[in-house]
Amino acid sequence: MKLKKDIAISDSGFLFNPSSGDSYTANPIATEILKYMQSGFSNEQIIVSIMESYEVERSTIEKDLFDLESMLSNYKLTR
Amino acid sequence: MKRKKKMKPCYTIAVTGLNAIDSPGPGVPVIRSLKEASSFDVRIIGLSYEALEPGIYMRNLVDKVYQVPYPSAGTDMMFERFRYIQSIEKIDFLFPNFDAELFNFIKLEQKLRDELGVRMVVPSLQQFESRNKVNLFEYGKNHGVKVPAATLVHSAREVSAKLVDMNFPIVVKGKFYDAKIAYTNEQAIQHFDKISAQWGLPVLLQEFIPGTELNVCGVGDGAGKLVGAVPMRKLYITDKGKAWAGVTISDKKLIDLTRKLVKETQWNGPFELEVMKTVDDKYYLIEINPRFPAWCYLTTGAGQNQVESVVNIGMGNDVTYFRKYETGKLFIRYAYDMIVNMNEFEQISINGEL
Amino acid sequence: MKKKEKKIYERPLIRPLNASISNKFGRRTEWLPLTHIDGIPVVDLINEFGSPLFVYSEKKIRDNFMMAKRAFETRYPKIQFAWSYKTCYLNAVCNVYHQMGSWAEVVSGFEYEKALQNGVPGDKIIFNGPDKSKHDLLLAMKNNTLIHIDHFDELYLLTELASSSKSKPRVAIRINMDTGVYPQWDRFGFNYENGQAWEAVNKILMNDALDLVGIHTHIGTFMMTPSAYAVATAKMTELAIQIKKKFNHIITYIDMGGGFASKNTLKGSYYAGADAVPDIGEYAEAITSALLNAGFDRNNLPFLYLETGRALVDDTGFLLGTVLANKRLADGRRATILDFGVNTLFTSFWYDHKISPAQEMGHYAEETILYGPLCMNIDVVRDAISLPPLKPGQHVVAQYVGAYNITQSMQFITFRPAVVMIDREGRSHLIRKRESLDYVQKNEILPSHLKKLNW
Repeated sequence: MKLKKDIAISDSGFLFNPSSGDSYTANPIATEILKYMQSGFSNEQIIVSIMESYEVERSTIEKDLFDLESMLSNYKLTR
Repeated sequence: MKRKKKMKPCYTIAVTGLNAIDSPGPGVPVIRSLKEASSFDVRIIGLSYEALEPGIYMRNLVDKVYQVPYPSAGTDMMFERFRYIQSIEKIDFLFPNFDAELFNFIKLEQKLRDELGVRMVVPSLQQFESRNKVNLFEYGKNHGVKVPAATLVHSAREVSAKLVDMNFPIVVKGKFYDAKIAYTNEQAIQHFDKISAQWGLPVLLQEFIPGTELNVCGVGDGAGKLVGAVPMRKLYITDKGKAWAGVTISDKKLIDLTRKLVKETQWNGPFELEVMKTVDDKYYLIEINPRFPAWCYLTTGAGQNQVESVVNIGMGNDVTYFRKYETGKLFIRYAYDMIVNMNEFEQISINGEL
Repeated sequence: MKKKEKKIYERPLIRPLNASISNKFGRRTEWLPLTHIDGIPVVDLINEFGSPLFVYSEKKIRDNFMMAKRAFETRYPKIQFAWSYKTCYLNAVCNVYHQMGSWAEVVSGFEYEKALQNGVPGDKIIFNGPDKSKHDLLLAMKNNTLIHIDHFDELYLLTELASSSKSKPRVAIRINMDTGVYPQWDRFGFNYENGQAWEAVNKILMNDALDLVGIHTHIGTFMMTPSAYAVATAKMTELAIQIKKKFNHIITYIDMGGGFASKNTLKGSYYAGADAVPDIGEYAEAITSALLNAGFDRNNLPFLYLETGRALVDDTGFLLGTVLANKRLADGRRATILDFGVNTLFTSFWYDHKISPAQEMGHYAEETILYGPLCMNIDVVRDAISLPPLKPGQHVVAQYVGAYNITQSMQFITFRPAVVMIDREGRSHLIRKRESLDYVQKNEILPSHLKKLNW
């Protein structure tokens, strides 16, 4: 899934969508995932990266990533 | 040897009600009065509930802003937040400015003072509750002040039953907000249905008093003495019923009534009276707000910096008791668009501090 | 090479800023985890007794009771508490109160027999309520129980039974009145303002078949205004004094019932329950000062009976549960499904229960709907709560659930959970087993022609 190009993400987890004017807050792990998305990682690459640095099972991160993506598209933050 | 003029102290004062919007909170006018105080200097800590309260971004008025939990989160949460803020700041005095938060702050008064050194000047819980709209009629009776006859109703059936003893028109009022005038039984029931659905029960049926609405902004010292009082008449109101412009007037009877009420109730702290003056010069008390109104900067402009006096009461300093004010001073409210960078909004939203 | 230390995982979350009405410093109560109850880890309790699970703290029950007792006894010399069975009639809970000197207050033949079986002497039971059968009344008369008469039909029946039995039952009449609080409770007892109460007193005292020892009122439930009790007490004392004047008959006790609020947050209430609710001392002050100011003979003060239930027991009970699943609703809201619902936590119909995670969690929260496990649309435990992201298998604790849940929970769709009490030494005791299929079906009778199934 790809984020809209012009979305600004700060290290503190603040997101601003300049095309809609909406802003969002993300927790640290979501911020990390969003940054991966921006640098063009595939879902598989994201899952592997998260599993490398966090104590988490594959099934959990898969479900959660799917959920995050549904939120992102719900907020119209994806292309 | 005569000592030189004493150095002015500098107090750190926290203020809520930074919502300087079209139905404004009194935070910003309170801060402006504090900045003009002659007996002390101030560092202002703004306390905000939402990230878009305009006062947060008025950097010439507030030195630092912290987000605080909504009153509905409970006093424990509020106290914890203050404990955190006080680990960074040295707040000497706090001005609560919202009706909804006062209940909690009154409950926290002692704890904030004893454990964190934050002082307040607020009415007692008993003073706060007894002036509540639903108790006001009783309050007036107890203190010898005219209050429109009122009765509480809990069902549409009760509305009709109670109306037998009342003359139309009547005012149908919600527990917290809203008031509608009814000229017939059917209208009264309609209003009752609407208001009870929005604000819950009970609903107040009140005698309609025709006349001119006058307001008084004042301060009681908690020992029965009036520190200051300035009456104002609204000249222009918004569609929300808020004053957009008003003028100070001289009205000895109204000041006397205010003095009497403060003496009777030993009122502690700021208040606003809403009063109806009839054509035959009778004064009916409509409401008592237990805090400064949004137009309180007018009192400073008219020569009574009541906000300064409140701080001096709280800090145990000499207090100025005002006897005079200038009549014919106007306030005219205006809207002003600030330009704010996204990163400031980000900081208050994410970190809760700016 | 040593393996790199991995970070603790938390579910990724994003939420809109400008649309949300709450800031992250608000509503934080629910983020604070409750990991232990009286020193025992929640997770251990669930592992041992299953989930969901009700847990009562005996220490808290005793502490609350002592506090209430002190609040009243320091203000008035003659106090008697009676445990309101309907609030929670688990025998273990009842007997904690009875051990501390509380009598029993019952409202049905079932509760009456329960109290007798718990070992409460008949003359230390108050029998209230509109439903007392002839059989119940005869039994109560035999045991010298205090019978609180609710309506004229009961008054006539009891007079008749007393006349033919030659015993003189000890009775009180229940009175309802206007205390300035609405809706007025006028369905129980005799009305004060319209003269019904006085008429009932007249009937009893003229007839002489019954011994009128007390008067009783119960002005409402979850009363937030102590002043209503002052009004009610003043009216009750007035009546007692009038009875003394007219009949030279002394009323030995005034029963002010219960109705004191607990720390729960009623739905629609703006302030958190724990802030808005009066302290027990405020109720005590309102009632006892009205009693002391009534003008009774100081050497002959009436007893004050109290039947408070909810305020004593609500915060001593916890409901432990487990997350079954998470969902994203069509409108983007998060939903979490728990293994207990309105069947078990019946009071979630009128409270916004405080529900906390049972393990340490991160500080990011998301607005969530909490559903129960029932396949029913009404099964909503909280319609909006700000909680950290919970994973299936993690636990939650619903707080302030000690009143009316055990007695009103339904055996519906699934079994009712086990109940555990933690004693003062921190040992847990199973006080009610989880229901089983045998237990639920025990009273069912299948007609013989329906036994055989032909597939």
